[in-house]
Amino acid sequence: MKDKKIKNVFKEGAITSEFIGNSIQKHQSKTTIGAHNIFLGQVRADVIENKTVVAIEYSAYEDMANEKFDAIREATFKKFDLTCMHIYHSLGTVKAGEICLFVFASSPRRKIVFKAIEYIVEEIKAHVPVFGKEIFEDDTHQWKTNK
Amino acid sequence: MIINVKYFGLIAEITACEKETILFTKSNVSEFLELLYKKYPNLENKDFQVAQNQELVTQDALITGNELALLPPFAGG
Repeated sequence: MKDKKIKNVFKEGAITSEFIGNSIQKHQSKTTIGAHNIFLGQVRADVIENKTVVAIEYSAYEDMANEKFDAIREATFKKFDLTCMHIYHSLGTVKAGEICLFVFASSPRRKIVFKAIEYIVEEIKAHVPVFGKEIFEDDTHQWKTNK
Repeated sequence: MIINVKYFGLIAEITACEKETILFTKSNVSEFLELLYKKYPNLENKDFQVAQNQELVTQDALITGNELALLPPFAGG
């Protein structure tokens, strides 16, 4: 049964420092929080067979991906005593050096958020149907696979 | 029955489309894939998982209609 609205995690294009900064600022009113932990995934300019990755073009099975993000969120709240958490993932083109994943976990105390962030990021990498086309400088491409 | 099939990433490159409807008269996922391999022989040696109604399923799962998706390796994050 799906009686609740599933949040859309995806944002078109790179996640900007301004967006991340604003997210931090929004939490200043939540004064039970004593520790934030943030994970930022950045597109790497990998060199593969002498060709450099200049961008990754992300696509996703969006409905299933948002369901998975929601399941990860629920599992995380069950496992860790978090005050709040947020996940944003890019779709479309993100250039090398830009941010494609922003995970933000907050709790009264630090030890929990260290563990929670690792758990969330590993779950995303393993279970969310997002696909990445690595674009090289000569416009050729290959498909990225999470290791 | 009519199956709505969705393709992603490398798989969509091989099929040259992101979705289509396919008439299927047998019962499980592996029989459905056999049908697809006839249409797209280059799919056969590719690495992908199958999701039915947005949940991953194994090859012996029965097809219950609605939506199937062929998902290449994940690359999120």
